[in-house]
Amino acid sequence: MIPAAFDYRRAANLDEALSLLSDGGEDAKLIAGGHSLLPLMKLRLAAPSMLIDIGRLRDLSFVRDGGDHVAVGALTRHRDVEIDETLRAHAPLLSHVAGQVGDPQVRHRGTIGGSIAHGDPASDLPAACLALGASFKAVGPSGERTIEATDFFEGFLETALSPDEILTEIIIPKATGAGWSFQKFNRRAQDWAIVGVAAVRGERTGISLVNMGPTPLRATATEAALAGGATDAEAAARAAEGLDPPSDLNATPEYRVHLAQVLVRRALEEAGAA
Amino acid sequence: MKVSVTVNGAPQEHEVEPRTLLVYYIRDVVGLTGTNIGCDTSSCGACTLLVDGESVKSCTMLAVQADGAEITTIEGLAPSESEMHPMQEAFREKHALQCGYCTPGMVMAAVSLLQEHPNPTEAEVREGLEGNLCRCTGYHNIVQAVLHAASAGSVPA
Repeated sequence: MIPAAFDYRRAANLDEALSLLSDGGEDAKLIAGGHSLLPLMKLRLAAPSMLIDIGRLRDLSFVRDGGDHVAVGALTRHRDVEIDETLRAHAPLLSHVAGQVGDPQVRHRGTIGGSIAHGDPASDLPAACLALGASFKAVGPSGERTIEATDFFEGFLETALSPDEILTEIIIPKATGAGWSFQKFNRRAQDWAIVGVAAVRGERTGISLVNMGPTPLRATATEAALAGGATDAEAAARAAEGLDPPSDLNATPEYRVHLAQVLVRRALEEAGAA
Repeated sequence: MKVSVTVNGAPQEHEVEPRTLLVYYIRDVVGLTGTNIGCDTSSCGACTLLVDGESVKSCTMLAVQADGAEITTIEGLAPSESEMHPMQEAFREKHALQCGYCTPGMVMAAVSLLQEHPNPTEAEVREGLEGNLCRCTGYHNIVQAVLHAASAGSVPA
């Protein structure tokens, strides 16, 4: 399978990427590792007129200890997130989840920023960012802004990024010593989750869901129940409240609701035991 | 668009369409057909090769993205015509192939795996090869081969 033809430009720095993006028009797309975009292009579900390759903006591949948070550059590959010692110490959920994305070959190419900006409800890293209370830095022609993860995912493969903005940095509040869990239910090792759950329990509690709606989601009813003193089992029973999970070859909505309740209970127990 | 890469130590420079996938570039332009195309959807791992020493599914990378990289394919592993790479030797020793279609990708993924985990457990080998499918379901001997290569002290690619 070959993608439709496109113009290819390689950006040498962030400024050049921004100007290529504003010149390229609405059909221009950024490519980093390409592990979300290229499969769509090969299936001709996406046919951008121009690809702007930001894969060489090495300045955007980093993990920095920012005191009360850890800053992760958008171009940091899943493999580098997985093995980073700072993240393992202060946000172990994120490094663990990065190690669960796809398979080793995918993790050698895919980037955290690409996964977030793609906004796929079936992806693992957006859910981890929601559970951790992350925020995202984006740069556009009018400067830089910070978007909370909870405000970022707007619809199926739609995010709060405007077409001329570039996601540059993921800011993860430190969750040092907090309990955490990631539950990923799939049939084949390398598949997307049929349903997934990311949980953090500590000074801040965050529970989020993979593949339970059109966007990566927080399990708000479960979070509210926990805040109100409910038991883990009571809170888990409310995991799918108000949600409209998708139907596909792997699962019906009813099955997903059941999975979410079971997996949230397991996640709460594992995170609570820490 | 011009692409300059090193493939198995030899510099290559070609004009390619931007949409050319790396695996087609390697097979059709460079002419090395040891790298197989299986699913063509980044699932099966048959097209695995090493880009700057790390395993990559070459059906999910553009040739232009590899510009400047060092690429190693299955043809580039063996040190000479008469000598096999320790991972190839281990695959022969443990009879780790049946039809052989997944083998080039399996070997490349296994070489990359041992670079990251020089002494893996059996579970780590199985997880480390999760991106490679064998339709003969010959996984058992493949896992044994990788463990054998690890215990023998595999050399880096």
